Amino acid sequence: MTTRIEPLSVPIMALVGAVVVVLLPYWKQILLAIAVAIAIVLAFTLKNFILFQLTLALIYALAILGLNLLTGYNGQFSLGHSAFLAVGAYTAAIMMEHGGIDYYWTLPAAGVVCFVFGFLFGLPALRLEGIYLALATFALAIAMPQILKSTPLEYWTGGVQGIVLLKPEAPFGLKLSSDQWLWIFTVAVALVMYVCAYQLIKSRTGRAMIAIRDNSIAAKSMGINLSLYKALTFGVSAFYTGVAGALGAIVIAFVAPDSFTLVLAIGLFVGMVVGGAASIVGTLVGGLFLLFVPNIAETFSKGLSGAFYGIILILTIYAMPSGAAGLVRLTLLRLMTRLAAR
Amino acid sequence: MKTSSVRLLATLAFGLALAASPAVAQKKYDPGATDTEIKIGNINPYSGPASAYGTIGKTIGAYFKKVNAEGGINGRKINYITYDDGYSPPKAVEQARKLVESDEVLLIFQSLGTPSNTAIHRYMNQKKVPQLFVATGATVWGDPKNFPWTMGWQPNYQSEGRVLAKYVLDKKPNGKIGILYQNDDYSKDYMKGFKDGLAGKVQIVAELPYEVTDPTIDSQIVNLKASGADIFFNVTTPKFAAQAIRKAAEIGWKPMHLLNSVSASVGSVLKPAGFEASQGILTTSYIKDQTDPQWKNDPAMKEWIAFMDKYYPDGDKTSSFTVYGYTVAQTLVQVLKQAGDDLTRANVMKQAANLKNFEPGLLLPGIRINTSPTDFFPIKQMQMAQFKGESFELFGPIISGEISSGM
Repeated sequence: MTTRIEPLSVPIMALVGAVVVVLLPYWKQILLAIAVAIAIVLAFTLKNFILFQLTLALIYALAILGLNLLTGYNGQFSLGHSAFLAVGAYTAAIMMEHGGIDYYWTLPAAGVVCFVFGFLFGLPALRLEGIYLALATFALAIAMPQILKSTPLEYWTGGVQGIVLLKPEAPFGLKLSSDQWLWIFTVAVALVMYVCAYQLIKSRTGRAMIAIRDNSIAAKSMGINLSLYKALTFGVSAFYTGVAGALGAIVIAFVAPDSFTLVLAIGLFVGMVVGGAASIVGTLVGGLFLLFVPNIAETFSKGLSGAFYGIILILTIYAMPSGAAGLVRLTLLRLMTRLAAR
Repeated sequence: MKTSSVRLLATLAFGLALAASPAVAQKKYDPGATDTEIKIGNINPYSGPASAYGTIGKTIGAYFKKVNAEGGINGRKINYITYDDGYSPPKAVEQARKLVESDEVLLIFQSLGTPSNTAIHRYMNQKKVPQLFVATGATVWGDPKNFPWTMGWQPNYQSEGRVLAKYVLDKKPNGKIGILYQNDDYSKDYMKGFKDGLAGKVQIVAELPYEVTDPTIDSQIVNLKASGADIFFNVTTPKFAAQAIRKAAEIGWKPMHLLNSVSASVGSVLKPAGFEASQGILTTSYIKDQTDPQWKNDPAMKEWIAFMDKYYPDGDKTSSFTVYGYTVAQTLVQVLKQAGDDLTRANVMKQAANLKNFEPGLLLPGIRINTSPTDFFPIKQMQMAQFKGESFELFGPIISGEISSGM
């Protein structure tokens, strides 16, 4: 990819960011400013490699956020979100490789492609409840790597070999390494998407999504169009995960069918549970867990890294049965009751 | 007076520095190498779907322990850092960056799997860090012109295809060939080598693919027989290879059967297919099979058994991965010995491309490792083997399947 940024893209991105921020209450704006400040400080204090890891963790967090919108807020189970990650990643990779399109334009495209894919998959899946839906999406996760390897698509997907991409450099002649730039870029994209998710959950639509999760019959009798909302949630969830997939393709600069296996699908689910179902900020914890815990498990034993991963997972769930978000919520609640009792 | 003494001192110091510099110049280090240590990185799938391969990474670690116990390489101990990528390309990128940027290894050795190595291929060459003796048989790793920091090790699939083609040209130049192949890059590599080797001199009457997702390949075998082929080139992975052998025997098709070495496993292919049906199958080999009784008294094999007992006692002595890991680690040790005190990344690559008639004991007798600045394929020779009774019997001369580098 070239380092050139089209003049049009900058104001568009700035505008989107500004609109998103203005809509927030004051104290959230301050929190946001602090988050941005921390991200920038990190960009200049950490080693490139650590930044790369944090970027990946943030991308996983974004994918988990997509899953959480579906499962945590809408009560639909999915064990197949690795498939949406794959579709997003390949959309970005194919656009960059075959279309010569700049990397930042691939994000909205990947999101839209995944939205349509998710929405269409969501329609028939509506007839499936709970574990049956989990199984249907599981099938999607199994099928995806094989579909990507298949001969008719080989020209586009590169078959088993995948597609090798060029890592983008920092634009405007900024003196940043490409890792620093991609970290800032990813943080910017993630901020917009997190705020949007927050606004979505607080809106009428969000309340409808939650109502469907809590009691679908009651929600229906209140006039919520169940099938439309469920399919739309599926689409939005896929949108988020697809954008994460595209970001992943850009940052790793390589896509291959073996990147999107069942292990990843389960990993996203684990990340969601660890972070806390129905929590937006919790997904960040989930992303960090997904990236770093296998590394930690590996330091205990090479041969038993899987077993140690399991042990850490069990301990985590035991300590935080409702995820990281649940633990924070509970601690705050206890503190408040203690303060109130005084 | 004062100035002149200062000048004298400066001259003296300069002279000393000059005198000292040749001694310094002899020892040259890049990150990962010091007077006492050489840091070597490795990436293996210890978890996940391909975790069986993890044995290779562990065997290499055990071999380096042996090297260190015996005094190291030119007085330096090997510090072997191996990470798990679970056969996932993104994880491989993360681990490779960790090795290069955080652990600051001198080189990455034997990273495993075609997808994982493809994922880090460009990064390693950008960073100019050796990606040495990768554990995959794809042909792309021998491209010194475009990727001077990457080198394979085992015979690549194209070479093997050529060796089998040579055999056909020798024994049955008027035969008709039928090919069964798995529809992916691995078998396409094989077929390219095979066809290049035939150079159009033998007729191919049928080429039938199957998908790795297919339940059986019975119909392909029936069609191959119907095509009138009397030479069968079987480019399949173990499960399908066993099916093909069994089905061919069932329908009474008895061609000259060439089996790719990927599936030349007695335990996982020929035994399930049935020894009766497997008699006479031809394949290629480059490394000694420790389950083959003919190597029982081989000194190198005895050395290997002693190594396994002492340094890797819980390792599987029947797994070909342990023999493989042991031999490839010996090759790296040879490269580092040759590099001497010039442990720069450039010199490591230079020495890796300067292996002359190196013979690790567990390669078949007569097979030697040779490389040059334009030849990044360390093992190019193989020997034919035929299945007789319950094991493969080697026969004929050592054949070279040399292909030119940098295509």
